[in-house]
Amino acid sequence: MAEPNNKELPEVIVLGIPWFLKFYGQQFSQNFKLLKPWESSLPLEQFITTHAQSVKAMLCSGGTRVNPSFLSQFPSLRVIVTTSAGLNHMDLSECRRLGISVANAGTIFSEDVADCAVGLLIDVLRKITAADGFVRNGLWPMNVVYPLSSKVGGRKVGLVGLGSIGLKVAKRLEAFGCIISYQSRKKKPVPYPFYPDVHQLATKCDVLVICCALTDQTRHLINKEVLLALGKEGIIINIARGPIINEMELVQCLMQGEIAGAGLDVFENEPNVPEELLSLDNVVLSPHVAYLTEESFQDLYELMSGNLEAFFFNKPLLSPVLDD
Amino acid sequence: MESIGVLMACPMSSYLERELDKRFKLFRFWNFPQKSEFLNEHADSIRAVVGNAFAGADAELIDSLPKLEIVSSFSVGLDKIDLNKCKEKGIRVTNTPDVLTEDVADLAIGLMLAVLRRICECDRYVRKGLWKTSGDFKLTSKFSGKSVGIIGLGRIGLAIAKRAEAFDCPISYYTRSEKPNTNYKYYPSVAELASNCQILVVACPLTPETHHIVNREVMEALGPKGVLINIGRGPHVDEKELVSALLEGRLGGAGLDVFENEPGVPEQLFGLENVVLLPHVGSGTKETRKAMADLVLGNLEAHFLKKPLLTPVV
Repeated sequence: MAEPNNKELPEVIVLGIPWFLKFYGQQFSQNFKLLKPWESSLPLEQFITTHAQSVKAMLCSGGTRVNPSFLSQFPSLRVIVTTSAGLNHMDLSECRRLGISVANAGTIFSEDVADCAVGLLIDVLRKITAADGFVRNGLWPMNVVYPLSSKVGGRKVGLVGLGSIGLKVAKRLEAFGCIISYQSRKKKPVPYPFYPDVHQLATKCDVLVICCALTDQTRHLINKEVLLALGKEGIIINIARGPIINEMELVQCLMQGEIAGAGLDVFENEPNVPEELLSLDNVVLSPHVAYLTEESFQDLYELMSGNLEAFFFNKPLLSPVLDD
Repeated sequence: MESIGVLMACPMSSYLERELDKRFKLFRFWNFPQKSEFLNEHADSIRAVVGNAFAGADAELIDSLPKLEIVSSFSVGLDKIDLNKCKEKGIRVTNTPDVLTEDVADLAIGLMLAVLRRICECDRYVRKGLWKTSGDFKLTSKFSGKSVGIIGLGRIGLAIAKRAEAFDCPISYYTRSEKPNTNYKYYPSVAELASNCQILVVACPLTPETHHIVNREVMEALGPKGVLINIGRGPHVDEKELVSALLEGRLGGAGLDVFENEPGVPEQLFGLENVVLLPHVGSGTKETRKAMADLVLGNLEAHFLKKPLLTPVV
């Protein structure tokens, strides 16, 4: 890469404060000149008009809303590298129209997310967090036999979406004796039964794991009808995006015992979590961390840095977002 | 069979209690605070003892039940039964293997994920409102691909290995002698196993030889990034050493379903976020406890009907 002393480092504007910059900011700065609006006293818009008019590359988080008016502020932009795997924050057709390439986190989070989905499912079924709290509160000596939980093996698990994450969840749960089926836009060359319709999938299963992207078609895909079809022994696990589930209807179903429990890493309005869930012991709640490990962050740094390097060296991006 | 006296050592399953009540003359040992009085009065009618992981049939109890013919354990572990005494006196012993293998293995993996990914801690973080006030939770430790070392490669050990393999975890193990039909890496000592894995799980029977098999040396070999999972028996681990290793950061974390002195748990562990503490629930699902209870009942009936025992140990 460019020698820091002899050449101007290529400029990259950083937005949404990808907080992993706190860990890797120094390494990035060895190869790139980072424009960091939050370090300036100028308001963001002014910073952009003053300093970012010739910037070709952007590094942004999954929270940065990339829409036409946003993009119009960056006349020289040619590539956006986002730290997110999900792309629901980006207007991809506008990027395409403007000739801006996009690279995302690809599949580097898939293992950690799949691990978390399985961890949440075992926790909900076997009451791990609830029982841990029971012990820590000193309740065991008074109640020697803890209430019985539910077996994981033999559960009929329906995966909503069977991409990189869904396939890894399937492989893991099969080892526990779970029976896998899935719903997806298209049938896949896998040995699991396929259902084109989520409601049908829910009828046939007693666990749903949400593993799909958030799009206009999947917003509130999981609603009261689907949850009722899942049934009173049903468990739902969401490690994808909050808005895929109609949160109000999920809360109602949980409160009324229409489903047995839930493991949720994502919510419709993070970091807000419906109050009612905070007092339920048949749910396990997580602050959008399914992807977040020391290892995945190291991988993320290498991928983000690699993508930017590839761009500046006129090489193909490492994790381009492909046209569907 | 309603006149056959069955002594249940401690509360373990209301379903099992009800069924024993229906079929036999059930004595609930915990309802008699004066044990010697109880034994004076009823010992002669007791022909069976039903025990579990907490309380079974030690030499003293066996000696005080002259008509004892069978001990049927509501567990697979036999450490609470004086097997030699039973053999000596021709007393049959049964346990509940196989039916609980999957649940225990599931819980072992659940504990690994809960410790490494701080699942319980994350739930507390959200419930306390910290996600709103303190922002993002910290980075945790990836589970997939971490090396898993198993002490004991019996039914439960193999089931744990099978599950961990689905997460691409390399598997190694320690047993008294190397097993012929596995591809897993064998280590001839627990300390060597601990030096060469990131997650160590106890899955062997508790015997005098395996008491404190996880000692200070093993914990230091496992190290400040290592995680210990115990789904065996509390006395497998030197608990005092474990507490200081965790408090001093010499051991990275622990997922514990069993303790040396249940239901007592060292209180110093309550404030640690790198431990998960469970009240001995390894086999504690509705499905499995019913299967275990049916096995206990089936063994008792078989014995008193002079049929072959279902799952005899002695």
